[in-house]
Amino acid sequence: MTELLRIENLTISPKAEPERLLVNNISFALESGKTTCIVGESGSGKSLTALAVMGLLSDQLRRQSGHVYFKGQDIAQASHEQLRKIRGKQIGMIFQEPMTSLNPVLTVGYQIGESLAVHLDLSGAEIKARVASLLQQVGIAPERANSYPDELSGGQRQRVMIAMSIACEPAMLIADEPTTALDVTVQAQILKLLDELKSRMHMGMLFITHDFGVVADIADNVVVMFRGEIVEAGPVKDVLQNPQHPYTRALLDCVPDADGNKPLKPIDYAWLQAGAA
Amino acid sequence: MSSSASTDILVANNLNKTYTQRTGRLGLSSNKIKALDNVSLRLRAGSTLAVVGESGSGKSTLARCLLQLLPLDGGEVLFQGQNLAKLSGEALRQERRHLQMIFQDPFASLNPRMNVGDIVGEGLLIHKLGNAAQQREQVVKMLERVGLTAADTKKYPHQFSGGQRQRIGIARALVLEPKVVICDEPVSALDVSIQAQILLLLKSLQQEMSLSYLFISHDLRVVSISRTILP
Ligand SMILES: Nc1ncnc2c1ncn2[C@@H]1O[C@H](COP(=O)(O)OP(=O)(O)OP(=O)(O)O)[C@@H](O)[C@H]1O
Ligand SMILES: Nc1ncnc2c1ncn2[C@@H]1O[C@H](COP(=O)(O)OP(=O)(O)OP(=O)(O)O)[C@@H](O)[C@H]1O
Ligand SMILES: [Mg+2]
Ligand SMILES: [Mg+2]
Repeated sequence: MTELLRIENLTISPKAEPERLLVNNISFALESGKTTCIVGESGSGKSLTALAVMGLLSDQLRRQSGHVYFKGQDIAQASHEQLRKIRGKQIGMIFQEPMTSLNPVLTVGYQIGESLAVHLDLSGAEIKARVASLLQQVGIAPERANSYPDELSGGQRQRVMIAMSIACEPAMLIADEPTTALDVTVQAQILKLLDELKSRMHMGMLFITHDFGVVADIADNVVVMFRGEIVEAGPVKDVLQNPQHPYTRALLDCVPDADGNKPLKPIDYAWLQAGAA
Repeated sequence: MSSSASTDILVANNLNKTYTQRTGRLGLSSNKIKALDNVSLRLRAGSTLAVVGESGSGKSTLARCLLQLLPLDGGEVLFQGQNLAKLSGEALRQERRHLQMIFQDPFASLNPRMNVGDIVGEGLLIHKLGNAAQQREQVVKMLERVGLTAADTKKYPHQFSGGQRQRIGIARALVLEPKVVICDEPVSALDVSIQAQILLLLKSLQQEMSLSYLFISHDLRVVSISRTILP
């Protein structure tokens, strides 16, 4: 197994408030052909971690310390040109918010084709055929290539993002809540598609999700984040079946059961007050 | 229409909506996408109606048509017995306060140039509900109920995580104490613990204010939970 990604002691804070640690000294690694799921409460730093890997943190934020290595190369040392080559071709990213990465004035077909044109040497006809095939693979009729992003439903937009991110068959895919708008049938289709890439191309996947059904389905390893820190990490079986940290236990306790009979309850923070953190 | 319609706070009769999409290089040809095909529904006051369907089946289109954010090709929407399409100006604005929406896409629906206090308080200002101090207090109270804080009022949408932004949208809709809230995938961006918190909040507001919900979700699990907790 080759190591694809290694995050070492990554710490992120707002430039204006350097003492506020949004991501606090986290480390983990990802191998090719493996999937790591990041779970954790809303606001715990999952998306910022993903953005830092892509070198795409907003300029209000700063990586205070730590390193991100992709295939051994320090992302922070990479030039803009190198980063541009890595993004899209080597690392595909599905952002949590489709509209921030889709251009509203270009058709979705054009935008999927664009990433192919930038990174691969293909003719116009080849690009068109690939775009049609990618749309089909994510369950969208190929003629919708002519649609603009705001002419698609929420779930269709999400699927366009997925098609864009895998267009160049990247070595690593970072997917930030990529299936939140999808019903179970379409979601299963997408997860199967990603799994194929994983076995065929040995793609590694960093997958942020709040859906524990998805985690159980696709993860090899799980990273649990809470308030900027990794509180627990390990093989999926260990984390789901034998969680060690009280936050992981409290979170798993909130997972609804399939028939909705389990009474709903907010997360229990008793362990925090007890100083068990 | 039956006489029992008086307890139906929101009624839709035979809604039709077809999108026309230009195709071809010059946009000379077009194809039609039928998003709503004779859809009718009744929402009883104080109750919850779930709308489920696969991605692309027309759920968000239905929501936007119910709110008159999108013109219908056919059919009518009655809110408290009034045909909303026949109202305009001040009268429509009055009704709008009581018919709120939580949007599927929290990012696109929050004005990036307004701070969160202004976003959540805008409706109170427009509808002149209370004085400035009371409005601020309402805003903070609602933000706290969705798990955000008073300090967050000074921040802008891009400074929040995905789930936090969705909760800003929820606070904006609920702060107006509307009669009907159309919730388009209100908890899909939220982790299970916050999901529970928001669903419980919706429930307690329903009990406090006898709210009615049209609850759109692709997640049958969320719907079945909302059914048990939002009877
Ligand atoms: N530009 C910014 N300025 C200040 N704080 C920020 C900024 N961007 C994000 N944050 C804060 O950093 C924290 C982590 O955000 P992040 O988006 O990584 O959360 P997340 O784990 O992805 O949550 P969610 O599940 O809700 O998407 C949040 O508390 C958020 O408010
Ligand atoms: N402005 C538009 N122009 C053309 N087609 C549109 C437009 N808006 C929506 N559509 C199409 O209408 C259909 C219904 O879309 P809608 O957004 O209502 O679906 P939805 O049920 O909310 O889906 P999702 O669960 O993915 O959000 C989809 O096929 C969509 O592509
Ligand atoms: Mg996020
Ligand atoms: Mg929708």
